[in-house]
Amino acid sequence: MIAYILKRLAYGAITIWFIATATFFSMHAVPGDPFNEAKAASPQLRQNLMARYGLDKPVTEQYLIYLRNMLRGDFGISFTQENRQVNDIIREHFPVSAILGVAALLIAATGGIIGGAVAAHWHNRSPDRAMMIAVVLAISVPSFVIAALAQMAIVRANDWLGFPLLPVAGWGGISHVWVPALVLGLGTMAYLARLMRSSMLAVMQSDYVLTARAKGLSDWQIFRKHQLRNAMLPVVTELGPTIAAITTGGFVVELIFAIPGLGRYFVQAIQQLDYTVIMGTTVFYGAFLVLMVVLIDIAYGLIDPRIRLHGDGR
Amino acid sequence: MAVTSAHAEAVSGQDQAITLSLATEPPSLDSMQATDQIGSFLLSHLMEGLVQYDAEGNLAPGIALRWQVREDGATFWLRKDARWSDGEPVTAHNFVFAWRRAVNPQTASQYAFILFPIKNAEAINRGELPLSDLGVRAVGDYRLEVQFERSCPYFDKLTAFMTYYPARQDIVERWGRAFAADADKMVFNGPFTLAKWVHGAHLRLEKNTRYWNREAIRLQVIDFPYITSDTTAQYNLYKDNRIALAALDAGTLNDAVKRGYEARLFDFGTLYFLEFNQRSERATHNLALRRAIQAVLEPSLLVYKVLGLPGIKPAYSLFPSGMRAYGITFSEQYPPPAIDYNIEKAREYLRQARRELGEIEPLTLLVGDSPRAVNEAEYYQYVLKQALGLETRLDQQTFKQRIAKMRRGEFDIAAAGWGPDFDDPITFGDLFASWNDNNRGRFENRRYDSWVAKAQSSADQETRLQAFDRLQHIISEQVVIIPTYENVGMYVQHPQLQGVRRSLFGGDPNFRYAWVEP
Repeated sequence: MIAYILKRLAYGAITIWFIATATFFSMHAVPGDPFNEAKAASPQLRQNLMARYGLDKPVTEQYLIYLRNMLRGDFGISFTQENRQVNDIIREHFPVSAILGVAALLIAATGGIIGGAVAAHWHNRSPDRAMMIAVVLAISVPSFVIAALAQMAIVRANDWLGFPLLPVAGWGGISHVWVPALVLGLGTMAYLARLMRSSMLAVMQSDYVLTARAKGLSDWQIFRKHQLRNAMLPVVTELGPTIAAITTGGFVVELIFAIPGLGRYFVQAIQQLDYTVIMGTTVFYGAFLVLMVVLIDIAYGLIDPRIRLHGDGR
Repeated sequence: MAVTSAHAEAVSGQDQAITLSLATEPPSLDSMQATDQIGSFLLSHLMEGLVQYDAEGNLAPGIALRWQVREDGATFWLRKDARWSDGEPVTAHNFVFAWRRAVNPQTASQYAFILFPIKNAEAINRGELPLSDLGVRAVGDYRLEVQFERSCPYFDKLTAFMTYYPARQDIVERWGRAFAADADKMVFNGPFTLAKWVHGAHLRLEKNTRYWNREAIRLQVIDFPYITSDTTAQYNLYKDNRIALAALDAGTLNDAVKRGYEARLFDFGTLYFLEFNQRSERATHNLALRRAIQAVLEPSLLVYKVLGLPGIKPAYSLFPSGMRAYGITFSEQYPPPAIDYNIEKAREYLRQARRELGEIEPLTLLVGDSPRAVNEAEYYQYVLKQALGLETRLDQQTFKQRIAKMRRGEFDIAAAGWGPDFDDPITFGDLFASWNDNNRGRFENRRYDSWVAKAQSSADQETRLQAFDRLQHIISEQVVIIPTYENVGMYVQHPQLQGVRRSLFGGDPNFRYAWVEP
């Protein structure tokens, strides 16, 4: 077990190095640099800026310097947020994204698993059909539309009630979390519901469920002990990448609800070619994703004892 | 977790407090390095230069009580009652320090050029002279003597600009590169102080009780608990009575009108245009080809028939229609040159261009990536094909990439824009001087250069206005650019909020003299 985990972590480190390298060189291959502003910089000024940020050195040398600093945990200073450390940006804004992400994931996982189980249980009857229509809607309507609609709904509700029931936007209290988290988790919830439903249907037709029925277990016991637990496996596998996606994919939701999360910095940095922030956020998210996948692999073994985690792989 | 602050109402008459949203986090509140609109807006409330704009938008005394601009320099006499937010007096030395730091090549300020009228500023910025050679010195604590590199009759207006704000050597040196990165790492000499700055989330301005003109300031608090560039979100916050001012776009305008809000207009003075690449290897180097294109692209058609967005109006001159100079609206006194939109003539020009150039390769049209930019580009493509049989290739780029490609000359025609830096037509006029780095099409014309030089150095009003008029005619005759449209902003404002001034210069919107009606 330990050997397996160590091996996965070592692979993870190589993956992160690869992400960092690929990002670094593709980022420098994009035309332009962080200093292209509407008002032109004179050749002299460009030279001053390049020197100040160390961009006057050859790209390979910059790469080596970057790697060395990265190993020390120093991601450098932002090009566009003057005087701000990338480390500070991540430290201050990732927790916000994480709170939002965890809340979204709780909503998504609970809703998805229950919804999928319900749909499978009443397979091809009206709860199933209603659920599948909702699922298709939630997957196909883009989150910026849902976010805008949700926000309008809050404005309407506050207007109608005559007092602010929920904040329209902003961050700081528990009341700020729910609606953005629901919007953020909706797509994932729908996806998980569909996954759960098909997995549930497969399980229901399996031999061991038939056996359980034959030995006279009640419907509820079968559902709880044999169906739900087995059907959840593929869902749990999906959770790892989903956690990463949900905590990083909140750009639109963060923008519309004025939430100071990291997703916004991630996207804006790319638009502004803010080299250090692009690198910092990409490497950080990459590491986060790798870590989640490893954690889920371990959790997987705990849920399903048939899967043994050995150093020699599976 | 504080829930209350985010639930505050848009305005409070009792507390004289208002709540607003910001489009983005300010990239920098270091006045010598800031370049962006949000930074300029916040700094104009936190800081004060030698001169400022008063409630009516006229140039008025700021830290300087009076001043004198001469042919070779300027003198500013500073008030003795001006204080920093920590109680220290504001002195002439603070200006000398700030201006030197702004032109210091190590600071690498993108706005260093705005100080170039000062003697030796450009050479210092190139690293050729020491900082101490900058043509500004303090005579005692309250007199500032400026020497010019060349005559600069509008120098007093320049000093209202943020790069000219004073700075405290002790504070800048104490924090080094972290200077102005947080609320407690800076000091203020303007009507407000930055009481809170939670990055990406919340900024809060409070009245500066040590500001020299504090009696004139009525607002106690300007709070920004929301940072989002999404205009729909801003509008929703406005509808929910969370913020006191919100910009409108085509989508939210309808709803605002339906709800009976008063939609207000504000002319940003920003000009959008098509710029031609005049490098000799490009087909657009050819004047006849440019004239052919000019004769078929009619701005009013683009604006009313194609874009059809509220808040956009056709443009015909290098100088935006609202540009003022010496108390007159420039375009009224000196109307834009007339252009003959004539397809026959255009085809004649094109035949001439073909004779001179031979076969014309498809032209590269460099445009932005917004929906509007795409709409616009498709229209140009269609018109050039239909009217002239010219093929074009669209090159859509994000902002930074588009600017980089323009700088390197990788385009034939580029869609570009320009906003004014200060209150004088020269801010547009010198754009296409051969020495200007923003002249990305590399237009070179000795007549144009000499009129720019005249407009820059002459102190005579009539001579300068004549020069500007010549410049707009040369732009049109030589088809340096084809002006397309000007952007007019629309917004809604809380009815109790009064005295807000919208201004092209010195930070917009301006809440210095605003108040909340009880």
